[in-house]
Amino acid sequence: MKRAALILVLLIGLLLSWAAKDFPSWGNPQAPASSSPVSSHFIASTGVDTEVPNMVTAVLADYRGFDTMFETVVVFIAGLAVVSILRGGPTRRTRDRKFVVDFEPDLIVTNTVRLIVPVIQIFAFYVLAHGHVSPGGGFQGGVAMGASFILIALSWDLKTALNRFSIDRCFTVAALGIIIYAGIGLLSMVLGGEFLDYAHLSQVLPVSPEMARYHAMLGVEIGVGFTVTAIMFALYASLSTDGRMQDGL
Amino acid sequence: MFEDGSILNQLLVERLNYFIYVVLLLIGLWAMIAKNNLIKKLIGMSIFQTAIILFYVSIGVKKGATIPIYLPEHDPHGSNLVTDSNSTELTAHGPQVLEASLVSGYTNPLPHVLMLTAIVVGVATLGLALSVCLRIYRGYGTAEEDELLEKLEREDARNTGGLTRRRPRSRRPNRNKATNNQSKRSASFESSKSQSPKNKNRRPSNSKPKVGSSSGSEPTENNKPKPRRRPRKLSARKPGENKS
Amino acid sequence: MGLELFNTLILSLLVVVAILSLWVRDLVVSAAVFAIYSFLMCLLWAEMGAVDVAFTEATVGAGVSTVILIATVFNLKRKAKD
Repeated sequence: MKRAALILVLLIGLLLSWAAKDFPSWGNPQAPASSSPVSSHFIASTGVDTEVPNMVTAVLADYRGFDTMFETVVVFIAGLAVVSILRGGPTRRTRDRKFVVDFEPDLIVTNTVRLIVPVIQIFAFYVLAHGHVSPGGGFQGGVAMGASFILIALSWDLKTALNRFSIDRCFTVAALGIIIYAGIGLLSMVLGGEFLDYAHLSQVLPVSPEMARYHAMLGVEIGVGFTVTAIMFALYASLSTDGRMQDGL
Repeated sequence: MFEDGSILNQLLVERLNYFIYVVLLLIGLWAMIAKNNLIKKLIGMSIFQTAIILFYVSIGVKKGATIPIYLPEHDPHGSNLVTDSNSTELTAHGPQVLEASLVSGYTNPLPHVLMLTAIVVGVATLGLALSVCLRIYRGYGTAEEDELLEKLEREDARNTGGLTRRRPRSRRPNRNKATNNQSKRSASFESSKSQSPKNKNRRPSNSKPKVGSSSGSEPTENNKPKPRRRPRKLSARKPGENKS
Repeated sequence: MGLELFNTLILSLLVVVAILSLWVRDLVVSAAVFAIYSFLMCLLWAEMGAVDVAFTEATVGAGVSTVILIATVFNLKRKAKD
């Protein structure tokens, strides 16, 4: 079995290495991917279309808005599936539980975390809100925000974290994120454009169409951040406790 | 061997990056196929995934280009405009379409966008796969592939055997379901443990029909009266019933 | 030479770390080595100019995915057979 797998894998490797000689060399500006009209258009006219300096954010939230919206939905569904797979089902045998975490939270650890968590959360907000002009955005800010809750769960226990951010609230927030995203898309549709065509939001926002796209992108990123925050914490809470949502890691 | 134009030179010197992506991808693929532990398989899956993401990102690289964020002189955002002492020149720095020569100064943003979402979705699917692992562990008590396959085969054997065996006994249909979990665990005890000294002590009369109990695990299974909770007791009991 | 020294160094380290994380028997160590793998990947992407991807990988790959791997191993057997 293992030998057959090795032969198969080496065969695939041979094929792929054979194909590698047709690829462009490292950093070639004339490579097909770099000289394609699509990416050249994104680089050249992002600033004119949207006034967002970070092209990645602009392409992510505006030009490819559909893609990002449904990626967010994928994250949401994955979190829903994890919780519903682990909740219920056959009861685990007691012998599997070899170690039960039962100790007082450490003083030094909890106080350090008490100091660090606000900094992490403010940084997460900064990353989310400043994603237009620097690296960052909804995904990164959301994950950093979720990590702060995971840190609370690790340093105290899961119960403390769940008191602040219960699983039901997690899914409410995650669904709210998608609703914000889709709502901005729908709003631009109601205002006469197409779905996720943010330029038409200038009719309700007191700014130019380009700046309307800028601000709508911020709203969309906030929606993404909500969903990712909630799902990352729900993933950790389910996986560390095997779905029982108590006395986990 | 490494002279210009030879295949090795092509592969290991000029296109070393592609070669290493292929190696990483193969490591991940091999781990997914051949590793025994399910968690190791998932780590292999992540390595596979990052190898592909690495390939995508690296085809967007341009030599001498900067990151895909506008430099201040190209910055379209109004508050960041370069304002000289006299602000009459302000309109010259407004948003403008970059020329082709400037476009090549920025890295291609499109692969970055595609891969950024792929990473986040990747961790969500990793969490989903891990939850399935936990569920498998809860049901079968193992996360090793060979033990898992063994248990599944044993369960299959029990189930197909159970169909032929239990059909005539329609008086107790609900017991089949209730003992199904027990039977998959007890399968190994049927033939091997039937002659343990404990059973002999409990039923001293079965020293005589030893032949029947050791060779006849199949026939006794067919006509045994009903599924028991304790397989050991069951097989120790069979010879006595056959005799009577 | 198509690549710079930095890239070559990190790419070869990546292969070593990938093999190591699959070779180790202890699953917690395996997850930790996988975090190193993610971090090296993040360095490589930052060097390639993909700052957003590097940022995402630093938070997601080296952060959250390691945590959920370890959280899962906590509920499983820690030792793997291979």
